[in-house]
Amino acid sequence: MISGSTIALIPLLPLASFLLLGLFGRKYLSSAAGWIGTLSLLASSLISLATAYNYFFVSGKVNGAYQQITLLKHTWLAFTPGVSIDMGLLLDPVSMMMIVIVTFVSLMVHIYSLGYMKGEERFATYYAFLSLFTFSMLGLVLSINIFQIYIFWELVGVSSFLLIGYYFDRPSAVAASKKAFIVTRFADLGFLIGILILAFGAHTLDFKILIERLTTSSPELRGMIGSSFLGLSALTWGLLLVFAGGAGKSAMFPLHIWLPDAMEGPTPVSALIHAATMVVAGVYLVARLFPIFAISCPGALHVVAYVGVFSSLFAAVIACTQTDIKRVLAYSTMSQIGYMMFALGVSGYGGEHGLGFSASMFHLFTHAMFKALLFLGAGAVIHYTHSNEMQDMGGLRKYMPVTHLTFLVACLAIAGVPPFSGFFSKEEILSAAYQNNFPIYVIALFTAGLTAFYMFRLYFNIFWNKEFHSHHDSSDGHHGEAPWTMKLPLLILGVLAFGAGFVPFGNFVSSDGAALPAEFHLALAIPPVLLGLFGIALAYTMYKTENDLPNKTAALFHRLYQGAYHKFYIDEVYLFITQKIIFNLIGRPSAWVDKNIVDGAVNLSANLTEDTSGLIRGWQSGKMQQYALWFFAGVMGIVAVFICMWH
Amino acid sequence: MNLSQLVILPLFAAVLILICRNANQVKRVALAAAVGQLILTICLLFAYCNERHAGNTDQMLFQYNTMWFAPLNIHYHVGVDGISVAMILLTASVVLAGILISWKIEKLSKEFFFLLMLLSSGAYGFFISLDLFAMFFFLEIAVIPKYLLIGIWGSGKKEYSATKLALMLMGGSALVFVGLLGVYFYNGTPTFDLLELSKTHIPVGVQSFFFPFLFLGFGIFGALFPFHTWVPDGHSSAPTAASMFLAGISMKLGGYGCLRVATYLMPEGAHEYQGIIILLASIAILYGSFATMMQTDLKYINAYSSVSHCGFVLLGIGMLTQTAIIGAVMQMVSHGLMTALFFAAIGMLYERTHTRAVEQMGGILKLTPFIGTVFFIAGLCSLGLPGFSGFAAEMTVFMGSWQNADMWYRLATIAACASIVVTAVYILRALGKVMMGPIQDELHIGITDAGWNEKLAAVLLIAGIVIIGVAPLFLQHLLTPGVEAIMQNVMRSGI
Amino acid sequence: MAEITLTHLLFLSTALFFIGAFGFLTRRNMITMLMSVELMLNSVNINFIAFNKYLFADRLDGVFFTLFLIAIAAAEAAVAIAIIINIYRNYQSIDIDDADSMKF
Repeated sequence: MISGSTIALIPLLPLASFLLLGLFGRKYLSSAAGWIGTLSLLASSLISLATAYNYFFVSGKVNGAYQQITLLKHTWLAFTPGVSIDMGLLLDPVSMMMIVIVTFVSLMVHIYSLGYMKGEERFATYYAFLSLFTFSMLGLVLSINIFQIYIFWELVGVSSFLLIGYYFDRPSAVAASKKAFIVTRFADLGFLIGILILAFGAHTLDFKILIERLTTSSPELRGMIGSSFLGLSALTWGLLLVFAGGAGKSAMFPLHIWLPDAMEGPTPVSALIHAATMVVAGVYLVARLFPIFAISCPGALHVVAYVGVFSSLFAAVIACTQTDIKRVLAYSTMSQIGYMMFALGVSGYGGEHGLGFSASMFHLFTHAMFKALLFLGAGAVIHYTHSNEMQDMGGLRKYMPVTHLTFLVACLAIAGVPPFSGFFSKEEILSAAYQNNFPIYVIALFTAGLTAFYMFRLYFNIFWNKEFHSHHDSSDGHHGEAPWTMKLPLLILGVLAFGAGFVPFGNFVSSDGAALPAEFHLALAIPPVLLGLFGIALAYTMYKTENDLPNKTAALFHRLYQGAYHKFYIDEVYLFITQKIIFNLIGRPSAWVDKNIVDGAVNLSANLTEDTSGLIRGWQSGKMQQYALWFFAGVMGIVAVFICMWH
Repeated sequence: MNLSQLVILPLFAAVLILICRNANQVKRVALAAAVGQLILTICLLFAYCNERHAGNTDQMLFQYNTMWFAPLNIHYHVGVDGISVAMILLTASVVLAGILISWKIEKLSKEFFFLLMLLSSGAYGFFISLDLFAMFFFLEIAVIPKYLLIGIWGSGKKEYSATKLALMLMGGSALVFVGLLGVYFYNGTPTFDLLELSKTHIPVGVQSFFFPFLFLGFGIFGALFPFHTWVPDGHSSAPTAASMFLAGISMKLGGYGCLRVATYLMPEGAHEYQGIIILLASIAILYGSFATMMQTDLKYINAYSSVSHCGFVLLGIGMLTQTAIIGAVMQMVSHGLMTALFFAAIGMLYERTHTRAVEQMGGILKLTPFIGTVFFIAGLCSLGLPGFSGFAAEMTVFMGSWQNADMWYRLATIAACASIVVTAVYILRALGKVMMGPIQDELHIGITDAGWNEKLAAVLLIAGIVIIGVAPLFLQHLLTPGVEAIMQNVMRSGI
Repeated sequence: MAEITLTHLLFLSTALFFIGAFGFLTRRNMITMLMSVELMLNSVNINFIAFNKYLFADRLDGVFFTLFLIAIAAAEAAVAIAIIINIYRNYQSIDIDDADSMKF
């Protein structure tokens, strides 16, 4: 058994490296920063591997089911006797899987950045932020308390903001970082209110007690189902709002708009944060509260399923038209997270019914590997060509053999071609959908075909198609494919993207902790594979060599193509809402009212006083005889009064 | 521990400053006095914790009571509980930071530091007084120096702002005084003593008549909507240190008074007007943040955001649950440190760029990394990032507010929660425009980063923010007994 | 033969008083105003004497007061003229309307 304080080192080592690099990195450690960050993360990932091994194979199982273990619980803020924010470490299959993914991908990105970010002016700051992010993400997945998750949720949000805005002298990066932060903040508002509802419905913030109270027939659960607001029960509201928070972080429709723009950050950051780890936090959150969703509130789970599947299709369609390779990958991330979401949405709780849950986590795992690989590969390409646009690329297979090979592996994995990892997880998701919700299954199948198509469109456009012409003077002796620090992570991830599917995942991660033996349905596996191959073939004919098929197709589906190319104008809608409605209809009038009405009232009272005094002071004329006249009049008046009184 | 030292030390320093011969001496005396205050307050904190550990359960510790003016039964009665200790710590930190920031002041430095000292003395006196008249006395002492600080050392339309601030705050004091007289005359025995008053029962009719006077009067100090307009003008015209004092200390006098005097002594009144208080507070929170979005002057941005953030204080008090009130006090401390830091950062920028207009700046982070980082930290604390004090305080207010099960109050809480998004919008807008992006003005290239005094001030305030943000439990434990005493009164009045 | 009664004297003094008052309120020249004040004072003197004579013939209080008033009037005239001279030095005028800086 590994002690709690050792496990606590997993998040604390990156924190230490953040503090060290953040405080002293700029001045004293600018050259060693990369190695400090990488080494601390190496230590952290070794500990997390050991912890996960220990949990899965030695100490985690009791009576054939994996248990939730809470370690190092201590109070951070206490509200009422039951409701307090506790910090601690939660060990269960999902969190174990997540710490392995997070530390591993983060380690890969740390190593990769040694080469990719070399020579940057703010190198130490970059590593400090990466460490901050890793710390927050690890804290998030190890949370024992719904408020602890919220705390780290905000922290990952801000580290994402800092990293997207890393190139802060580019206005586009600044805008993108603001957008990412504000959109997810908006979603977090829902999360926060959801927490408040759940916390005071169940009188606890602790996950374990929360789930226990809201899945068994307890007075708290009855109370929450009994009280309703606008036709929905308090429980449904709470869960839906929490899901809204998750949807924001995980870039689900309609809160996805920040993710494509977030690609303004350095590419390794996109790989780590906006592909492999942070964006799956929403999936993780739903998985964490899954028993409540599945047992007590299936209605909310349906919402999760439909939002997931719609986002998945929506993003896949857009991805087919984008030309910036990182944006294509961003939309594909959104689409794959949609897969994970609806897999949770169609799942039930416990035993056989929990297939969707396992499948979702499985896909999260494999996706982290191949999507990180895709982004790092794209990073290598961008590093080589100094461009994000497809038309500046083509024929790169000759120049970048390692990148080409690993990228191909990742594309095959995401397209679901057997025996690459994506095939296994996708197959499980689809069979879960098939068993529970046929319409979702059909949409998901279609999306699988689209996925294969757009990924290979990307692949052929980068590595085949036309010949590569460097825009830069090639006489400067082009720097070769990439330094070893960049190739090494590609190779490691390539191996994992190929082999991760062979893990008997259901044995480790399932909705109720008990092992779920993998069943393989050949009949269900064939359609997605065929569709995938069809998509690849289509991409092959259209993009293998330069031809005018793409343009013709675009002309054929003119409307759809234009819509998808402009991301279905969602950005414009948001812009309209924020600019026209929030700024012009709320902000500006508020400022105006404050200046003119509220402050106007204050100034008015001042002016009234002044005016009154202006009126009265005329009596003080300085004319002696006037005073005398008034004096006489006064005396006369008094005399008159006296005379009247006399009688 | 003799609490009167807290009042006497700055007064003594003020007198000493007056007889100093040159500006250097003045600065040293002021700095020494500020450091002395901080040390004194830290000693006070330790002494307080020791007493509590030793099992002293008195409501107020270190009491000292002597007759001040017998015919009217006015006492000089001082004593502290956790709430006052927290406020005193806040005051001492802001005073020290403020004096460090104004190190380079040249115009009439003797008078400037004299007034700062006088103001801090008033603030300490206010926080330790247990006699309402003494409290009022110190409140007035804390008002007058502000008028002079803004009127003489300010910028922009300083005369207008100074007059407006002084008049509105004086109006507030007048209302407070009417309320105090009501309390004095209608509780059986004419007394101003807070502890005695809290034990007697003020008739409900009297409470419902005089509660608004007290709450509104103190509320004006605490930027209660719609009497908040002195805040933006006052802050924007004031010199940096005065802005810090104003936002960091003076606005807290109001919140403290609302809690300690109005709510504590007149719980039935508080219940009666609860709805209105919550309504006004949530309007202030949302409306303040929306109004902030449209500002282009950094000081106005921070001033309006202060209106919004102080709304949380009043919201917490209005909710009348223990958690919410603790949250309100935490928010006072947190906001005091945070706004002081923000104003310090704005002051540093203004000194270098000679502008406060958002659109005239850009890419400052590249030029002055230290100031940029301070700015970022202040901004992130303001938008409630975990790890900084704002988050802990706001979340406590939200949790406490939600405890109040009334549906309308919960909707008000949701509205207050919504402000975290708007706050993010305006903070990021300011950060993005000023700190990030390309360099806007060629003249800004070559500006220097913060000097030792500015660094020290910023580090002091940031330390406070981070300590509270990382380990808020300590602050919560400090505040709980004091708030419990107030809650006892509130509960006794029967909900 | 008509005798001079108290009524006659009172009529005279009232007339004198209001003539003085009218002069005081309407004349702009300070010296004239001073003279008007003297008129009013003297009307009071006449009152004192008249009442003393007709109502309390055995006492001398009215006469004393009259003497007292004459002394006061002399002192007053001295002070007033001093003021007028000072005003003249400041304003180069003894018009009462020019000396109106004591306002607002």
